[in-house]
Amino acid sequence: MLTKRIIPCLDIKDGRTVKGVNFENIRDAGDPIELGALYAEQGADELVFLDITATNERRKTLAELVTRIARHVNIPFTVGGGISSVEDVSVLLNSGADKVSVNTAAFKNPQLLNELSREFGSQCIVLAIDTRFEEGDWFVYLNGGRVKTDIRTADWAKEAVDRGAGEILLTSMNNDGTKQGFALDITGRLSQSLHVPVIASGGAGTMEHFSDVFEKAGADAALAASIFHYKEMEIPDLKNYLYKRGIQIRF
Amino acid sequence: MKTAIIKYNAGNTRSVLFALERLGVEATVTDDPEELKSADKVIFPGVGEASTAMAYLRERKLDTLIKDLKQPVLGICLGMQLLCKHSEENDTDCIGVFDLDVKKFQSPVENLLKIPQIGWNNITGLHSVIFEHVGQNDYMYFVHSYFAELGPETTAIANYVINYSAALQKDNFYAVQFHPEKSAQSGQNIIESFLRL
Repeated sequence: MLTKRIIPCLDIKDGRTVKGVNFENIRDAGDPIELGALYAEQGADELVFLDITATNERRKTLAELVTRIARHVNIPFTVGGGISSVEDVSVLLNSGADKVSVNTAAFKNPQLLNELSREFGSQCIVLAIDTRFEEGDWFVYLNGGRVKTDIRTADWAKEAVDRGAGEILLTSMNNDGTKQGFALDITGRLSQSLHVPVIASGGAGTMEHFSDVFEKAGADAALAASIFHYKEMEIPDLKNYLYKRGIQIRF
Repeated sequence: MKTAIIKYNAGNTRSVLFALERLGVEATVTDDPEELKSADKVIFPGVGEASTAMAYLRERKLDTLIKDLKQPVLGICLGMQLLCKHSEENDTDCIGVFDLDVKKFQSPVENLLKIPQIGWNNITGLHSVIFEHVGQNDYMYFVHSYFAELGPETTAIANYVINYSAALQKDNFYAVQFHPEKSAQSGQNIIESFLRL
């Protein structure tokens, strides 16, 4: 059987792993390649590297970093952050990334999703959505959570999948950094209404939060950063817990 | 030992190259017929769409060249599907080493089955020398919307609502639907076993 996936996320700024709380207050958390290789060894199912400097500052070294990761890590990984063109994606995939995630650029130019899926296949195109609950529904935010839109997350996710997104990486800004659990409602809504995998992100604090997002929200994968980086939770312990709960997990 | 990776328009060659590099093996990526024919091992990787890939291979007569290879050949993912007879993906006639059809996953109930299948699935019924150092039920990383049906050449089975071929073998042709180059230690062991053939 296909397993649920545990995905550590490494936010990269100037070549280092960092983690913000509620999208702000960035702290240093170590060398991304060392960390990535360690997680792979511990049983992480995939890795996500998000270059959070990308939207605001120019970056030339991301492709080189991707190649260094690909050399050392023997599990699949996704790269995201400021990707806005077929050319960007081509460079990253050719550097050794297995998938790329697009966010703001795809929202501003949805046709990009059609182009990317036609050129590279849906399986390597992840649509990342930052979402916040307010006024009774979940809305899409852009530019790393700084810019609000009036588009509902469920609508954008559906359109994106129709255009060729192969997976949805959904980050709840309300939950991110709080360690109070994943956003089960919107994760569940997307998971049930879309025919592509949904990766839940934001809010992981305890092992029970992971079993909840798999069992109650039907997420296909769960992503977390700080609890792994600061060793508040070890991946083997988490997998052991989920296995005992009867959740399909890879050992 | 000379290891060649077939260069064409649907390769995930970089990942395969890096996996070989981690095993201390240097490989060449080439579409040169002589180089491919003279290699000790040939790897046929692939991520992409079947009809475009076959058109590209036919144009360069690589389809017949691949079929006539005598050394051990390892097809990966789309590479495995292209070694089959026919793919439902844009109704494509393939190379035909394996007498099998490639079909698209169908969800029995809407949205129950996520397509493509992305993630780790276990493989069972293993009987090929390339699985010598892999355990029954070991997990491999799969990314695909199309699958090869079961047949006499099936050497590993995976299940995604239905049972299908996770691996095939016929004579010198070995093929896996999953990505050994991305399947952690288990995948690495498969590549190593193939290189030792």
